[in-house]
Amino acid sequence: MRKTVLAIDDSRTMRDMLRVALTAEGFDVQLAEDGIDGLEKLRHVQPAVVITDINMPRLDGFGVIDGVRSDERFRRTPVLVLTTESAAELKQRAKAAGATGWIVKPFERTKLVSVLNRLVA
Amino acid sequence: MDPMEEIRQTFFIECEELLENLESGLLAMNEGEADEETVNSVFRAVHSIKGGAGAFALENLVAFAHKFETTLDEVRAGRLEPSAEVMNVFLRSADVLSDLVTAAQEGADTPSEAADGLIGELLALIGAEPEPAGKAEGGDVAFSPMPLALGDADDAPDFAPQPLDLPDLGAAAPAGHAVHFRPHPRLYELGSEPVLLIRALSDLGEVSARAETGAVPRLDAFDWEKTYLSLDLRMEGAPGAEAIEEVFEFVDGECDLKIEDADDPSGGPSGGDPLPPGPPPADESPPPASPPPAEPAPLPPTASQAAPAEPAGQKKPAPGAGARSTVRVDLDRVDRLVNLIGELVISQAAIAQCVENPDAQAGAHSSNALEEFKQLTREIQDSVMAIRTQPVKPLFQRMQRIVREAAAATGKSVRLKTEGETTEVDKTVIERLADPLTHMIRNAVDHGLEGPGKRLEAGKDEEGTVCLNAAHQSGRVVIEISDDGAGINRERVRAIAVDKGLIHENAPLSDAEIDNLLFAPGFSTAKEVSNLSGRGVGMDVVKRAIQALGGRISIASQPGRGTTFSISLPLTLAVLDGMVVTVEGHTVVVPLTAIVETLKPLPEQIHRVGGESPVIAIRDSFIPIVDLGVRFGYRSPVRDLDQHVILLIETEETSRAALIVDRIVDQRQVVIKSLEENYGHVPGVAAATILGNGQIALILDTDDLVARTAPAPAIAAVA
Amino acid sequence: MSNGTPAAEGADREIVAFRIADQEYGIDIMTVREIRGWTAATPLPQAPSYVRGVINLRGAVLPVVDLGTRFGMPPREESSRSVIIVVQAGTQLVGLIVDAVADILSISHDHLQPTPQVASEAAQAFVESVAAVDERMIQLIRLQEVFGHDAAQAA
Repeated sequence: MRKTVLAIDDSRTMRDMLRVALTAEGFDVQLAEDGIDGLEKLRHVQPAVVITDINMPRLDGFGVIDGVRSDERFRRTPVLVLTTESAAELKQRAKAAGATGWIVKPFERTKLVSVLNRLVA
Repeated sequence: MDPMEEIRQTFFIECEELLENLESGLLAMNEGEADEETVNSVFRAVHSIKGGAGAFALENLVAFAHKFETTLDEVRAGRLEPSAEVMNVFLRSADVLSDLVTAAQEGADTPSEAADGLIGELLALIGAEPEPAGKAEGGDVAFSPMPLALGDADDAPDFAPQPLDLPDLGAAAPAGHAVHFRPHPRLYELGSEPVLLIRALSDLGEVSARAETGAVPRLDAFDWEKTYLSLDLRMEGAPGAEAIEEVFEFVDGECDLKIEDADDPSGGPSGGDPLPPGPPPADESPPPASPPPAEPAPLPPTASQAAPAEPAGQKKPAPGAGARSTVRVDLDRVDRLVNLIGELVISQAAIAQCVENPDAQAGAHSSNALEEFKQLTREIQDSVMAIRTQPVKPLFQRMQRIVREAAAATGKSVRLKTEGETTEVDKTVIERLADPLTHMIRNAVDHGLEGPGKRLEAGKDEEGTVCLNAAHQSGRVVIEISDDGAGINRERVRAIAVDKGLIHENAPLSDAEIDNLLFAPGFSTAKEVSNLSGRGVGMDVVKRAIQALGGRISIASQPGRGTTFSISLPLTLAVLDGMVVTVEGHTVVVPLTAIVETLKPLPEQIHRVGGESPVIAIRDSFIPIVDLGVRFGYRSPVRDLDQHVILLIETEETSRAALIVDRIVDQRQVVIKSLEENYGHVPGVAAATILGNGQIALILDTDDLVARTAPAPAIAAVA
Repeated sequence: MSNGTPAAEGADREIVAFRIADQEYGIDIMTVREIRGWTAATPLPQAPSYVRGVINLRGAVLPVVDLGTRFGMPPREESSRSVIIVVQAGTQLVGLIVDAVADILSISHDHLQPTPQVASEAAQAFVESVAAVDERMIQLIRLQEVFGHDAAQAA
């Protein structure tokens, strides 16, 4: 069965990249363009993994993590935050907030896939 | 299209939007009107540009965006006050960022002095030292741009895996590693799963595992939220310790983890020997929560890791290549169109019914249905045109930068006020308006406004004001560029015009006529072109550009109060206001903007210069007559010119011609169709249109037509 | 046929055959977009004589070329029985005015012969090869030669 990834990012370029890379790897990719949009889609999509940007309009990535973790159905759903290496301290903040891990932008497709394989069966 | 190329285009379209947000956000901050979200959106814009640029290995763009972002972050965090000085650097940085994006889009992601200079200023704002060229600062090392899949070796920066603080295993690589792993409850809470981690390890080499189950409690004491298991793993082969570490990258801190060389005396599991107990079990730990095999068992490697990197896609596109022109459309407009089409289908069905089932009232019904159909068609036409229109806001925003640069270059203090930014104009009009507008704005700052000293003398505010307004007026768009400067120096303009031989020394000219000399070809020459508004371009070029858009430009000036240029433009380029005429049985459309007046000539008005070339005397000027029928090869010259109609047309060069046609049919809007697409340029013809009867009519290019006719423009036949 | 022959050489080509005066011509079916009835064209000023003008092809402006005139035949009366073959030449769509479309033929490469030397020079420039089908002689046209140059000149 195809695993669904919910990717939340306000940058269309980044959404497109995630869509292209993950679709090619056999994931079903659902996109959302900010935190609110992401949490709304969460319930319908029932993703196996959530990938979220941090800095977004309306609701940021930390808000997304809270929203995912506070929903009983997604309490253990892996959440990856998108970050740049230069924002290294964000990784620890995100984990403290409940994120599972991170994806460093710009990402290599193989790296992205190996990260996802460590998180979804 | 190659998906990466498509994303690249998306990226540049997005950049355009982000740069607009950046500019308007910064301007709001500059006016002190910025709330927290504005500052955030400014930060996000730069951040997103950096993110996308990284994926396309645009190193210079990334480097600049990164410094810009870092400094913006200080403001966002409240550590740096957005003072006037800081905002000045930000605004200029936005300009440079925009330049870098443009350069990158054209395939030239190269270092720029402007960028380097501003990086220094940005760093100075946060008290950091500009780094020596070519060296990244400590914190930045890892953000090396990395192409996602372009795979172009020339573009790909050297990317070394980030070194970790691990002993170099180099030449004396051990035969394997022993890994001790004991997950904490938090590991599960954060969504990680040990089984998957071990499977990932098995992709690196053969793994045997042994579970330490001593801590697992009896079933009734079992707490599903707790972890009771620790694992000792043995990795065969020689994957780098970094690779193993990377598997546990996300759970560092949520587990006990120890990675050692297999041969290390303190060693891990060797062969199938029972293991010494791990770290002393904490009091809450016993039996396994998730059950990995308790016996050493090689795990089958999974195939997914083997996914090869995307093959080298197409090479970086040639500069400027492949940039499709796109339009951003409000969803509302698309919805409206969809609704209209829905109604059209219903209307069509109604008409079909009238036709198929004629009854006593069919006539009335069908004319109603037709009326509705016509109405819908008109609405659909409007809706489709609306899709091509865009607000002038981005164009106006770009002018802020022009004013900044012009002000800096002239040492004047200038403020640009914009109004009517939501006014919508055809996208193509906006694009082609950028150059003329830029030129006029520069002119306004350079020539229009006085220096600060003179302004103070005249009792004006030291800071000059340039206003840019847009508004809809009777089916056209009017854009006004005004300054509160000294107004046109008519004495001087007149002197220059006499000097250039444009007018006679004693020519009696009204103020308006003098002002209009600014538009005369040859008025502006390199001599009075300052290096700012200059480039050898005069207002005549501006006028021509506006006319090419079907627009008109006019000027009004008040001494001591300032000058205003007004540009009137059609709402769209897809439709043209035309006069439909016939010539020798052929229907031709003449653009209305070119026509000054229409007249029925009297025989005594027509003169023949040198016997052949006819001219017509209109109000003391002799204007050459152009017989369209002859020019288009429809007929040979006729003698009875007074039996025809004359359209007096004015060309871009402000020369006039009298166009002979047979009859005026109508005056209306026509939809412009390209001739170039399937054929090519036809002299004297601008485009074509399709008439109601399905026939094609040509649309005249009056300038071209006249230019090919009259080598000597009849400037002043002053009687 | 030897093994070394590229596969394409023996393969059939699908040709749309049409008549102008008493001659038969053919063009590759892949270049043909549609075939439509005669419509009066709007003449273009200063166009070569064989460019009859432009017609409305569902909202686009389509130039139409009188192939006969192009091939150096004397100009003939336009006839409502004429047919316009819309072809794709490079990026452009062009209409070819011909007397009638005969049929669609599959021609094996083996049946193609070089243009006979007897043909006029003009014909030789436009005709790429000649196919003998039953008793008929069909001249295959080199589309690029027909308007390649002139279209470029006009542009």
